[in-house]
Amino acid sequence: MTIRKTPKGASRRAFLTSAAAATLGAGAARAAGDPLITEIQPWAQGFGDGVDATPYGLPIEYESDVVRRNVEWLTADTISSINFTPIHALDGTITPQGCAFERHHSGAIDMRKQDYRLMLHGMVEKELVFTYEDLERFPRESHVYFCECAANSGMEWAGAQLNGAQFTHGMIHNMEYVGIPLRTLLAEVGVKPEGKWLYVEGHDASSNGRSIPMEKALDDVLLAFKANGEALRKEHGYPVRLVVPGWEGNMWIKWIRRIEVMAGPVESREETSKYTDTLADGTSRKWTWVMDAKSVITSPSPQSPIPHGPGPMVITGLAWSGRGAITRVDVTTDGGKNWTEARLASEGKAKALTRFYLDLEWDGAEMLLQSRAHDQTGYVQPTKDQLREVRGLNSIYHNNGIQTWWVKADGRAENVEIS
Amino acid sequence: MSKSLKLFGAAALASGGALLVAYNFADRNIAMVPEDVTRMNGNADPDYMMMFAAAASDAPADGPLELGRAATGEEIAAWDKDVSPDGTGLPAGSGSVEVGEVLFSENCASCHGEFAEGVGNWPKLSGGEGTLADDDPVKTVGSYWPHLSTAWDYVNRSMPFGNAQTLEDDEVYAIVAYILYSNFLVEDDFVLSDANFLEVEMPNAGNFVIDDRPETEYGRFSGEVCMSDCKEAVEITMRAAVLDVTPEDEDAPATNVDEASVEIPEVVEVPDANIDPDLIAAGEKVFRKCKACHQVGEGARNRTGPHLNNLLGRRIGQIDGFKYSKALTEMGDMEKSWDNHSLSDFLEAPKGYAKGTKMAFAGLRSPEEREAILAYLAQFSE
Repeated sequence: MTIRKTPKGASRRAFLTSAAAATLGAGAARAAGDPLITEIQPWAQGFGDGVDATPYGLPIEYESDVVRRNVEWLTADTISSINFTPIHALDGTITPQGCAFERHHSGAIDMRKQDYRLMLHGMVEKELVFTYEDLERFPRESHVYFCECAANSGMEWAGAQLNGAQFTHGMIHNMEYVGIPLRTLLAEVGVKPEGKWLYVEGHDASSNGRSIPMEKALDDVLLAFKANGEALRKEHGYPVRLVVPGWEGNMWIKWIRRIEVMAGPVESREETSKYTDTLADGTSRKWTWVMDAKSVITSPSPQSPIPHGPGPMVITGLAWSGRGAITRVDVTTDGGKNWTEARLASEGKAKALTRFYLDLEWDGAEMLLQSRAHDQTGYVQPTKDQLREVRGLNSIYHNNGIQTWWVKADGRAENVEIS
Repeated sequence: MSKSLKLFGAAALASGGALLVAYNFADRNIAMVPEDVTRMNGNADPDYMMMFAAAASDAPADGPLELGRAATGEEIAAWDKDVSPDGTGLPAGSGSVEVGEVLFSENCASCHGEFAEGVGNWPKLSGGEGTLADDDPVKTVGSYWPHLSTAWDYVNRSMPFGNAQTLEDDEVYAIVAYILYSNFLVEDDFVLSDANFLEVEMPNAGNFVIDDRPETEYGRFSGEVCMSDCKEAVEITMRAAVLDVTPEDEDAPATNVDEASVEIPEVVEVPDANIDPDLIAAGEKVFRKCKACHQVGEGARNRTGPHLNNLLGRRIGQIDGFKYSKALTEMGDMEKSWDNHSLSDFLEAPKGYAKGTKMAFAGLRSPEEREAILAYLAQFSE
């Protein structure tokens, strides 16, 4: 790969207005050299900030556009609503907590650790209450998992609608959690043989109760209190949330306060009227908990156009599966006529995001970019049309169809659907 | 306590190697359970889960770590509010449609509408019968919800929005009774109680299937894939930029070229040969009487009154996010729209045309004024 050493001029970067001034400056000074190099810059002369300037840091101001965004028309208000992770601007796999999407049903509540209580009751030997301090005394585990809202890409069921990977695929985040396996707590209270389900709910006014089968609870569910090395953020359920690996985000109860062992599911509002998938014939699927394999190219994409002309470039994206590890991702630049296997940044981990790259020598022609994920079960991410053949247009949830970006010769990209 | 700590120490030492192996190759979570080391080491597979389940249910009365404290009966009662489809958890009580109508109007109608028909983007609780197979299904308590317990549970636990858990049990019964009535599932003299709760039939109860993706999709979406010459031609069939509903990226750097623009429908001011500019100018003057409450034109929003963009041809009383009087909402529900005729009648005598309208305006008696304001407003209608 050749790395270009001098800018090729302003015209090629016409839409890069923020860079335009710098480019012109560089052009004028080209003979003598780049003033950023030939002239002593303020940062090379004076001081930067002292260590007391930022006790807890935020990203530098030049990254101020890398933030969660919401789509106003989606919901009636912002209290019971959702925003989107700026996946178009991130790389790697770990989502910083500060820009990881939020979904609340009654707002993000403010709770101190000392006010936190967790109750386990129902079909158990001992009905117990735990404080936050109690929880920290149980043996902990650490795992990286993605959390994807069941409605991620839901607005795209009927066709290409939102112009940006953040909006089409940003109801997802991926964090390294530390917490207690739920099975440890269940062992502490002693599940009675008739206890087959758990009902879990949060401290917030919505409570967002969900029913979880015992099998899953004993498998890999965590009560997490740390994410990416630090305490959970308020908006992600501080001080304790449920982590339900590979399953829809709605089940990851935030501010979890109660776990009731029961004989059957409660069939609460969030598992009947919502988070059920209506098919073309009007019948609906329920208990569609697992998130199937999916991928998206995060750059280039509508919010992350190609800022340079033809030549070397990097296509990158994310892939994940709730049923195991990603084993392979294919990328096409011609709308699916020909595919190339992308390079995985590291081996896929079960129920966690996998980063992929395709290093490309772009000829400057239009591209129809798609990615296609494969997981360890042999499942291959379907096209949107394949999904529609099975489910129709009204499922809302669990849209894991292949996304297409139409990259034009000027480097801009648009969300499209293709034949 | 000290005994279990020792046990745990031994477990950690003895099982360290096996744990590491399991993590690296099985990609599976290993429980750091202190009391059962040999079982854990030998079973990094699904059997382990089953055995652990058995172990959990066989656990002695004093749990492994003895953390936490016993929950009191009062504590459990305070939090254990869930109601199951078979009525488990339902408290004794009752409430009528009649009482429910008043409670609903006071507590629920600002978002869900007086008839539970929904206001703006807020959930519709009634209607939608027979629409589930349509392109835009309307999912309400009547048309979609499979269990009545869900409605009772949710109203009791999580409503009213912003004031949850304030309703008495009988009030919840009454509100749920009213929601049933608004869906034509019970008569107006109906009283819902714990005694007759399970007798109410939910129309869509039989139309849910348990996740069948393993049978219907996983086979179809697995296997070999085509890598080259997979199709002859590719056409773009749909573009997001045409739909144009993406939020603007205000803070984005210039590289974020975003063809999408505004959320509020743009007002297209197309000159119409049939419209007299003088009449429009006169209408603009008349509109001063309306301006205190209504906005029109670019960026118009709901204020005391709803915005008036695209007023002509618009369904009466149906603008998102505005709480109309029952009178206007009902007209909209009857599919009535504003046109020159209906607007003129309304403006002539608002309270005569829509008895109960919240619009506190005496009306425009002069036909000339009405004609002028209609011409003025027509500019802002596509």
